Amino acid sequence: MNSLLPIALVLIASTAYGIWYQRTRGRVVVKGGKKKAGLITAQMIGAELGPRVTVVQFSSAFCTPCRATRALISDVTAGMDDVKYVEIDAEEQLELVRTLDIRSTPTTLFVDRKGNEVGRAMGAPKRAQVLSAIDAIR
Amino acid sequence: MVQDTNALSQKLNTQQAPTIIDARGPRFGAVITSIVLATALATNNVWVIVAQAVVFAIGAIKGPQFTPYAFIFKNLVKPRLKKAGATEDVRPPQFAQTVGLLFALTAAAGSFAGLDAVFTIAVAFALAAAFLNAAFNFCLGCEIYLLLLRARSK
Repeated sequence: MNSLLPIALVLIASTAYGIWYQRTRGRVVVKGGKKKAGLITAQMIGAELGPRVTVVQFSSAFCTPCRATRALISDVTAGMDDVKYVEIDAEEQLELVRTLDIRSTPTTLFVDRKGNEVGRAMGAPKRAQVLSAIDAIR
Repeated sequence: MVQDTNALSQKLNTQQAPTIIDARGPRFGAVITSIVLATALATNNVWVIVAQAVVFAIGAIKGPQFTPYAFIFKNLVKPRLKKAGATEDVRPPQFAQTVGLLFALTAAAGSFAGLDAVFTIAVAFALAAAFLNAAFNFCLGCEIYLLLLRARSK
């Protein structure tokens, strides 16, 4: 029975991680006081910032939820004239990925008109989470 | 919306015209893979891992839609599912199969070299990834690909 111990350990550890994973993916985390990366500029993301909000999504090829996230944010921001949506291939922008400390895809940043990162979501966010993150920025 | 047609994002969207498959196929495959890997871990039998390595190799090289597990899904499971499921790009599960192959080969090599600890640890990691995929829809490529790129080009 000794040989069942590794299985038990793996299943317990991965279940704990899996529960944490499902709870945290997509949640928009509001950035605290410390601003390590500084302002996000038009030059960094290769596009002008939106008049009120810029939503910046980092994607990669080996990422199933990136497609769903793209479809969701495109849909949510359609008709919002003061919101701009930019998708960046993380693989092509490793310098920027390091600067902004992007660790997984999709990672979505919610940026105000000055270029401050106000919030970020790792993993696919839900519609309500995207809407409230955009609404929270003035 | 002020849609930005960033050249990079355009490449991501259109250029490669990726193959699209039923997302439930790889998920079903992950369930079988978990059972096979758990069996390998319980029995310490290297040939179970060799067999799984062959499945991983087919998934990594030809694509996850061509593995024996995908064949079972297509012929026995899918006909019984009533609703149409979500689809996905073939590349994320293919990446996961490649990572699985590396762990399976490491485990087999460890076992043949008499290093039982290497076998156990490599199979344990492969099982963790397969189980997370099966139970929590964990996306391995999402979580590790960027970290690998960052580590490699530092």
